[in-house]
Amino acid sequence: MTVDAWLQAALADAAQRGLPELKPILEALAAATRALRAADWNDSASAPPPSVKPE
Amino acid sequence: MSIQTHAPGIATLATRLRSGETTAAGILESCFEQIALRGSELNAFITVLTDSARAQSHAADREIAAGRNRGPLHGIPISLKDLIDVEEVPTTAASAVRGHRPALHDARVVARLREAGAVIVGKCNMHEFAFGTTNEDSAFGPARNPIDPTRSPGGSSGGSAIAVATGMSIASIGSDTGGSIRIPAAACGVVGLKPTYGDISCEGVVPLSRSLDHVGPLTRTVGDAWILYHVLAGKALPADSQDLSRAPINLSSVRVGVPRAYFFDKLDDEVRACIDDALARLATAGVRVRDVNIAHAADTAPIYLHVCFPEVAAYHAQTIERCPADYTPPVRHRIEAARYVLAEDYVRAERGRVCLRHEVDSALDAEDALMLPTLPVPAPPLGAATVPVGDSHEPVRNIMLRLTQLFNLTGHPAISIPVGRTSAGLPIGLQIVGRRGETPALLRLAAACEQALQA
Repeated sequence: MTVDAWLQAALADAAQRGLPELKPILEALAAATRALRAADWNDSASAPPPSVKPE
Repeated sequence: MSIQTHAPGIATLATRLRSGETTAAGILESCFEQIALRGSELNAFITVLTDSARAQSHAADREIAAGRNRGPLHGIPISLKDLIDVEEVPTTAASAVRGHRPALHDARVVARLREAGAVIVGKCNMHEFAFGTTNEDSAFGPARNPIDPTRSPGGSSGGSAIAVATGMSIASIGSDTGGSIRIPAAACGVVGLKPTYGDISCEGVVPLSRSLDHVGPLTRTVGDAWILYHVLAGKALPADSQDLSRAPINLSSVRVGVPRAYFFDKLDDEVRACIDDALARLATAGVRVRDVNIAHAADTAPIYLHVCFPEVAAYHAQTIERCPADYTPPVRHRIEAARYVLAEDYVRAERGRVCLRHEVDSALDAEDALMLPTLPVPAPPLGAATVPVGDSHEPVRNIMLRLTQLFNLTGHPAISIPVGRTSAGLPIGLQIVGRRGETPALLRLAAACEQALQA
């Protein structure tokens, strides 16, 4: 699931549950998730090993 | 203003108790006087255990008079953050969710305090469920900074820091999941220790995020933290250093790394000047100070969020379904948002956490400690959503956690000691980080720095 798709789904679910106040928190969480996924220690099934090894 | 950081330390009080110069009951009554004087204004306590504390102090006086010595905490009044269980007393976690059910047992740390003869003064106000840094969101109302009551005392162990700073208790026990001991310690001008992860039991302590939670002391001095640390961890105090101030280490053999990148990027000007001045004074005292790098420090906040949120969500899921309106709205909304984190992102964060732990370990390979500010800004005004930092405005929660949460992820021991004040008189804290598993060595180093910086 992409971060954009996740955010749209989360916002829609929060609104449906009567929690529109979650919007700024979820948007901040989405920004953090983008940063997390862009980090260079992440590995991938189709890519070379990451440039940084966790340990 | 009634800040008591120059009052006698625990080791001195213990000597006076044994010599008959003072009594446990007398020390406790002086704490009660401070509670009567400023307790309501600052909202530091949720429960004051007046009767049981008096009974404990009289029992301590009888034992001491009879020659029974339980150690330096015998007869010393200690307060507890109100997420730590005390048998027959409600543990509110500053939330209406918990009701008034009394705890069935003492937490492990309370049992250890009792064995050491400590007097339990009461349960301190805190940010609801420890899920915040300002102490504004509490079912019992906000706690207030003792230096400027229009400002936050920091959090989440805010009531504990107030109690120590004002002499409402000689020391306090708090918890730290992202900085919740060190942040209020820095904001209120006292010492706050987060030991190595796992050093002190969290049994009987309401969790926030179990893999990040640490229990530790807030005290007037590093020497007091040394005593509390050993008691809470169930370790015997070394016979040659019951009073740490009398067994200082030689600072000329100390090597300190300063992680400037990221940690010094967003600082209040007065905080920066104060920390740089402290580092310069330590260098003059013989400490070898040099810059070090933690390559992925800027990834700390995203990693922290994706570890903390799922753990918070798991603990609160059933309760927030059942009685959402019993939470304060800001805490409820953060818990609800936490429930949306995907499992794959939690796994990524755990991998990043291993990377950060390795980098902090590596930074400490050739250094005895890291030094950096505890809080990038002085205590923020209550109700502020953002605070000015240089040319920008930063969200209060993000900026308050910025310099402390890394060491919850990695488990390294970290202590905040007061090193100065802003022009408005607001305290500034220096954070010292030690090697994992070496909390006692960190405390010895911090005590030497405390002495050098007070000279």
